[in-house]
Amino acid sequence: MSTTTATTYQRLTRDQLAARIAQDIPEGAYVNLGIGMPTLVANHLPAHREIVLQSENGILGMGPAPTPGQEDLDLINAGKSPVTLVAGGSYFDSAESFSMMRGGHLDISVLGAFQVAANGDLANWHTGRAGDIPAVGGAMDLAVGAKQTWVMMEHFTHQGVSKIVGACSYPLTGVRCVTRVYTDLAVMDITPGGFLLVEAVAGLTIDELQRVSGVLIAAA
Amino acid sequence: MAPSDAKSSPTVWVTPSRRLPCERRRVVACGIYEEYFAPIFLFAPRAHLRTLINKIFPTIADALADVRDGATIMIGGFGGAGMPVALVDGLIAQGARDLTIVANNAGNGETGIAALLAAGKVRKVICSFPRQADSHHFDALYRAGKVELELVPQGNLAERIRAAGAGIGGFFTRVGFGTELAKGKEVREIDGHMYVYETPIRADFALVKAEQGDRWGNLTFSKSARNFGPVMAMAASVAVASVHKIVTLGEIEPEHVVTPGIFVQRVVLVEQEALAT
Repeated sequence: MSTTTATTYQRLTRDQLAARIAQDIPEGAYVNLGIGMPTLVANHLPAHREIVLQSENGILGMGPAPTPGQEDLDLINAGKSPVTLVAGGSYFDSAESFSMMRGGHLDISVLGAFQVAANGDLANWHTGRAGDIPAVGGAMDLAVGAKQTWVMMEHFTHQGVSKIVGACSYPLTGVRCVTRVYTDLAVMDITPGGFLLVEAVAGLTIDELQRVSGVLIAAA
Repeated sequence: MAPSDAKSSPTVWVTPSRRLPCERRRVVACGIYEEYFAPIFLFAPRAHLRTLINKIFPTIADALADVRDGATIMIGGFGGAGMPVALVDGLIAQGARDLTIVANNAGNGETGIAALLAAGKVRKVICSFPRQADSHHFDALYRAGKVELELVPQGNLAERIRAAGAGIGGFFTRVGFGTELAKGKEVREIDGHMYVYETPIRADFALVKAEQGDRWGNLTFSKSARNFGPVMAMAASVAVASVHKIVTLGEIEPEHVVTPGIFVQRVVLVEQEALAT
């Protein structure tokens, strides 16, 4: 927990944040939910909306986790957990899967992040620390390929440092690729002018948000 | 019997030099498809061997007998899905070392690529996602400087492999531009966006896990276990597919063939592994 602010407001829980993002995914969208926190968004997609989930390992129309005992080790998500396929779903090879991203066919990619910069630069694959083994997976592909790249993350690190930054200090995943950021404090668009506040949690003013973030955030 | 009245299965005419020595031996040793046609080729410069295509190898050891030290080996799979564990076990037993492995991951737990690494057979890994909760064999070798790593974004990895299989001399992609993984690579502006040039990756062998296969090498896969299998089969000089079921020609609906047999050189039957928990 951060100790940088007096709490006149409540941060969103992970599930509340996931529900907030799910609310913004429109009917008919093709969406990739990155491994880690973005996976939670699937649990909050409105049942009446038809949204097609893509998994980088070759699934379109990914469904929820199977009931215990029904797991199929040939049917897993990018996080390598067992999933199901919905009616109308399909399987394909890795080259075709990444063509869906790179080719701009995917509407929304939701990714976790270490840092997002005001110009849309994203850092989410490597801390750059000596001794850490780098692993990139599909992060760089997902960052630049989709029509919209959304970031879902906690606003602060465990040490209380803002993950919304003027410029990324961690190695970049993609350049000027993020279009919107959802944190447990606020929703912000990335515009040519930098962060633009869409909404903040109740009780949090834009001045306070800027203070704790350490970057300029324009009011909508 | 002239070629025109041959049995319903199409036939091929091969001269021995067009086949790898071990493959010819296998066909001849099987003896099933071998026929000589003295009447037709009485005046041919030399006796021609008529054989039907048979890419089915009786054992994994036969299918991997000619892997050399220093070979580049593609191994299919995303995590455990599509990991051809039996073929990798066969590769360990075969004994080739100093290998370059091209795969999405660098091994999970104790099986597959993890076992190959633990056996000390690998010089270099080209992959997208080596670090996982259970990648301890890779982690230890990497930290000790005993294995080289070329990290490639997953889509670039798939496309570089596909490029090799498709005869494409590389491609420009936006993925990776401005990052450490594009350092030193040629860049180009196309339609207002910056692109990075990526080269093809080819291999001596590809080990892929498929579902059904026939003697022409036509393959189907199982769900998300397909992943890198089809592109790796294209990009290797010798693609070896393990299948859970060998079927007769035509049994796979032509519309359902995922990898056409032209991309597959060897097919081996491997019983379905017991599901890990």
